[in-house]
Amino acid sequence: MSLWVIQRDLLLAMRRRSDVLTTLFFFIIVVSLFPLGVGPEMNMLRTMAPGVVWVAALLASMLSLGRMFSSDYLDGTLEQMLISPQSLSMLVLGKAMAHWLVTGVPLVLMSPVLGIQYDLSTDALLILTASLLLGTPVLSLIGAIGAALTLGLRGGGVLVSLLVLPLYIPVLIFGAGAVEASTAGLGAGAHLSLLGAFLLASLVLSPWATAVSLRISME
Amino acid sequence: MAINWFKYSSPASFYVLAGKMIPLFSIAATILFAVGLYIGFFVAPTDFQQGEAYRIIFIHVPAAWMSMFLYVMMAVWAGIGLAFNTRLSSMMATAIAPTGAMFTFLALWTGAIWGKPMWGTWWVWDARLTSELILLFLYIGFMSLQAAIDDPRRADKAGAVIALVGVVNIPIIYFSVKWWNTLHQGATVSVTSSPKMAATMLTGMLIMSIACWMYAIAVILIRTQTIILERERHTSWVSELKGVSS
Amino acid sequence: MIWASWSDFFDMGGYGFYVWGSYIVSIICIVGEVILVLKRKRTLLKHLSLIQESTKEEKANETTS
Repeated sequence: MSLWVIQRDLLLAMRRRSDVLTTLFFFIIVVSLFPLGVGPEMNMLRTMAPGVVWVAALLASMLSLGRMFSSDYLDGTLEQMLISPQSLSMLVLGKAMAHWLVTGVPLVLMSPVLGIQYDLSTDALLILTASLLLGTPVLSLIGAIGAALTLGLRGGGVLVSLLVLPLYIPVLIFGAGAVEASTAGLGAGAHLSLLGAFLLASLVLSPWATAVSLRISME
Repeated sequence: MAINWFKYSSPASFYVLAGKMIPLFSIAATILFAVGLYIGFFVAPTDFQQGEAYRIIFIHVPAAWMSMFLYVMMAVWAGIGLAFNTRLSSMMATAIAPTGAMFTFLALWTGAIWGKPMWGTWWVWDARLTSELILLFLYIGFMSLQAAIDDPRRADKAGAVIALVGVVNIPIIYFSVKWWNTLHQGATVSVTSSPKMAATMLTGMLIMSIACWMYAIAVILIRTQTIILERERHTSWVSELKGVSS
Repeated sequence: MIWASWSDFFDMGGYGFYVWGSYIVSIICIVGEVILVLKRKRTLLKHLSLIQESTKEEKANETTS
């Protein structure tokens, strides 16, 4: 059932490729703006890189949250999903995964290239990519709750950022921390396993909370 | 003796009950604030480490306690409202949020002002200050979500979801910020650097905390009354209320 | 009494700015919140009683005419 939703959402995303590209370019531009703001000194850039890439990833994945449910809401598909006998949580899980495949995966794939801009070592690049790979699905899952709660509200886009960004903080800390710990020679294992734990916890809890929120918003 | 608690879960009878309780809590808060401040400023001796600056503690610590306690209370009431569909508990949650946010702001403000003479900067990315800041963001998120929704029932339930998600996240946020903090600067800066606190200081702080608590209850009750009036303005009991009917 | 004089009290051992800075803001916040909350309730009650009166008058007019 989730697979069907993922397939459908991916198909829709392919039809509107510009949306996907917009998010990706936003990510690239934000990351590239930082050196222009703080100066091209390589040592400073190297220490900043994980934080900058992660903050940009948070913002990019948050920007596209509005689209997660709104088009289905407008054309009535969401209503059909709510009354369908399938478990709403599974449908929501499918939608969050589709959101991740469309916005998160391109960011993960792009991040090594952006890391090179910041002169990161190969090890650090690897850890950065791994942390994003584990962390971006969490962002999509937590974001789904915010997107469901603000469905159909005026000013929903700004509101989502207020609701969701504070909840992203642990992911940011451990995501960026993983790279810093590995460059400091401490090893990134602990950070990455915590990110994995966040992923598992949000996989279990978030679809359920999102389903509750969707029912509230659609009443 | 069996008191029928359910009687008070209807907004109409709660309005009357709150009206009786507000004066009691207001008077208690006023007296306790006066006693607490007297102890804080005239009885408690000067701290040998921090001099007179430590006197900020009498408002800082109660504000910080209240900010966290009120968030949990808000989530509990909102959760009860979501689970059992009781309107009154959701109204309580909505009424708690602004007071909680105010105490969070006070904790941040007094913390920053205390930090300047003690640590030399207005702001340090100390685990406690950072988590307190994030707590303020959570309060603001809750209030702006409820403000953006016109339908009060949807606002109640949506607020409940975000409050509960927040309450699950608070320990995770605190733990991660703490870890992040120790990783970056070591535990050089800690608020609890004076373990031996004089008994009078502790008494003053406790009295101030209870005063803040009484104050919060009084204000929250008044705000709950206002919310009840706003939502039930078309019912007959409101039009028969003293002060409305003339 | 632990203070030698009032000016001593206001000086707070050199920390006067910080101590009073935090207490004055706290008092402003607390008093401000009380005023806002009471004002909101009062205007609401007044508003409701105005509505109440106007509906009464309407009803009275209906019966007389």
